Amino acid sequence: MALLEVKDLKVRVEEREILHGLTLTVNEGEVHAIMGPNGSGKSTLSHVIAGKPGYEVTDGQILFKGEDLLEMEPDERAAKGVFLAFQYPVEIPGVATMNFLRTALNAQRKARGESEYSTPDFLKKVREVSKSLNIPQDMLKRGVNVGFSGGEKKRNEVLQMALFEPSLCILDEMDSGLDIDALRIAADGVNALRSPKRAMVVITHYQRLLNYIVPDVVHVMSRGRVVKSGGKELALELEASGYAQFEAA
Amino acid sequence: MNVAVAKTGSRRAVSDLFASAEGRLPGSPDVIAARREAFESYERLGLPHRRIEEWKYTDLRALVGEVLPLAAAPDAAASKRAAEAVKAHAIAGACKLVLVDGVFAADLSDVKALVAEASFKTLRETLEKDAGLLKTASTDAVIALNAALATDGVVLSIADGAQLSAPIQIIHVATAASTSAYTRSQVVVGKGARVTIVETFVATEAEAYQVNDAVIVSVGDNADVAHVRLMDDAPDAVNITSQFVTIGANVKFNFFNMTTGAAVSRLQGFITLAGEGSELSVNGVNLLKKTEHGDTTLVVDHAVPNCVSREIFRAVIDDRAHSVFQGRIIVRPDAQKTDGKMMTRALLLSDEAEADNKPELEIFADDVSCGHGATAGALDDSLLFYLKARGLPEKQAQALLIQAFVGEAIEQIADDSLREHVIGIAERWLEQRS
Ligand SMILES: Nc1ncnc2c1ncn2[C@@H]1O[C@H](COP(=O)(O)OP(=O)(O)O)[C@@H](O)[C@H]1O
Ligand SMILES: [Mg+2]
Repeated sequence: MALLEVKDLKVRVEEREILHGLTLTVNEGEVHAIMGPNGSGKSTLSHVIAGKPGYEVTDGQILFKGEDLLEMEPDERAAKGVFLAFQYPVEIPGVATMNFLRTALNAQRKARGESEYSTPDFLKKVREVSKSLNIPQDMLKRGVNVGFSGGEKKRNEVLQMALFEPSLCILDEMDSGLDIDALRIAADGVNALRSPKRAMVVITHYQRLLNYIVPDVVHVMSRGRVVKSGGKELALELEASGYAQFEAA
Repeated sequence: MNVAVAKTGSRRAVSDLFASAEGRLPGSPDVIAARREAFESYERLGLPHRRIEEWKYTDLRALVGEVLPLAAAPDAAASKRAAEAVKAHAIAGACKLVLVDGVFAADLSDVKALVAEASFKTLRETLEKDAGLLKTASTDAVIALNAALATDGVVLSIADGAQLSAPIQIIHVATAASTSAYTRSQVVVGKGARVTIVETFVATEAEAYQVNDAVIVSVGDNADVAHVRLMDDAPDAVNITSQFVTIGANVKFNFFNMTTGAAVSRLQGFITLAGEGSELSVNGVNLLKKTEHGDTTLVVDHAVPNCVSREIFRAVIDDRAHSVFQGRIIVRPDAQKTDGKMMTRALLLSDEAEADNKPELEIFADDVSCGHGATAGALDDSLLFYLKARGLPEKQAQALLIQAFVGEAIEQIADDSLREHVIGIAERWLEQRS
């Protein structure tokens, strides 16, 4: 079943069109990779799906489980199961990570009409997941991402993904700034979340990440459009030939 | 200017107020004379206005206009409401001293529970013998008016070396609309003593009243004092409070103020570091909404060498509210090795919110480390979006960021339960927003 349907999406930022009619369908259980050179509009797409202000959608639509995503506030999208792991997760001084995780999880559950997590259940779950991601407990007492290394920030995003159990995970350049060990830990965390009900969109500039998170479908993005789609072998092809062939107007 | 100005209506009203109040004000003949002198000084000055430098941002003539008559003694119904308010705002385990409409209420207070090392009198009792407490060095008009009209207050003296584990909480309750209460209190902390003083201002069904409070604190050498002031007067009330604090040597003094109430408020603190080796921490949070005007004006005077002062202030300003912070650090010529820092930040939650910030360093010594910083701005959109993308609705996301913003000041309160109490007040304020 189609989980995410992006249809002929046109998006402007500050009067300039960045996405020029992008179409993408992601089914339940699938892992899609979106590859493309810097500036091709990958982050723009992920931001528009998550509902970041400042983007003007001039044409097209985004359906999530058949519903019009563009009509929803970002928090409603999150409660429905959309999760964006940010390319650059922000630091939030003064908001303890643990408090943030609980507040966010309970806000999502409340929006879905579910009961709040009990404290022991919540703590147990956080402890389990953070252990598997190699996140020390004292990190969770600090402000959200404050003083975290690049790798820790990315692992914190995967931790949230595991806690919130979204049905669509968009990972924007999860590999940027990570060394091989950090990348492996984060990728293992992501792979553990693969399930027949959950879809993932892995955005990356490099093929390297896709050795760890193996996609079902690979899309090439260039200048605000998907210009080619194929199986995982397309990523290897790109690695060999580069993006230049798609850059020609 | 040497032009005779006809008395305005409000000035005439205040003359009448003093004439009619005089008979009800406590005091010996000396005290009556001191009051009259203070009143004459007030009459010459009138309410402070924007052309008086210290009151530039808080023009009481424009904001308040008239001075209201003194409150009468509360009736039985008002006393009952006051008792409920006291119960609702009491700090767990604190020893309470209660002033209702400016008059000490023995039946609501825990005088008997005070330890022997804490001696207590009312201002009323003190003024029967001595006018000393009505005298302060200030020439400020609101302080003169306070001296003229102070009806009652708490006069506390903590013995040398006393270690008080339970806080002493002075609770001001307003029960009467359209009246005024003038209170003046004194706290003398003995050498090496340790004490926590909490002051709470609340109302019960009272509207549009005025509070003019003065607090005189002196702290002996080696003492350790925590002083928390929680001002939650009615939304249309006026609260003008003046504090005079003199600090001895090797003292730790930690003050925190929280403003969540009153249409117009000003806390003016005059703190003198008079003994070497002391550490002063002065912090506060103003939470302002609607058309509230909240002013914090502080003068920290380093009169001697080797003291540290730290000031951290946060203002959260919603709607059309107006926050004022004026902080002056004076370093006298002798006060070498002074370390004085002041940081104030304003968070503007609406386009019409306003923040005025006036830091002043007056440094007359050369070997010092002093500084100030100030910022004013809105909530960070990228942080808000991150929280919303994680499922927090707008108001809840804002609340979390506002809590973090004020937390930097609140965390200066060392005592866990007091800090939690203050966090609770901030949370309730935030809940009312949404
Ligand atoms: N907030 C913005 N303001 C102006 N231009 C932007 C903004 N965000 C992105 N762009 C432009 O949009 C294009 C696509 O950017 P982005 O989506 O970040 O690409 P990618 O993630 O593929 O590197 C770039 O040309 C970038 O400069
Ligand atoms: Mg990007």
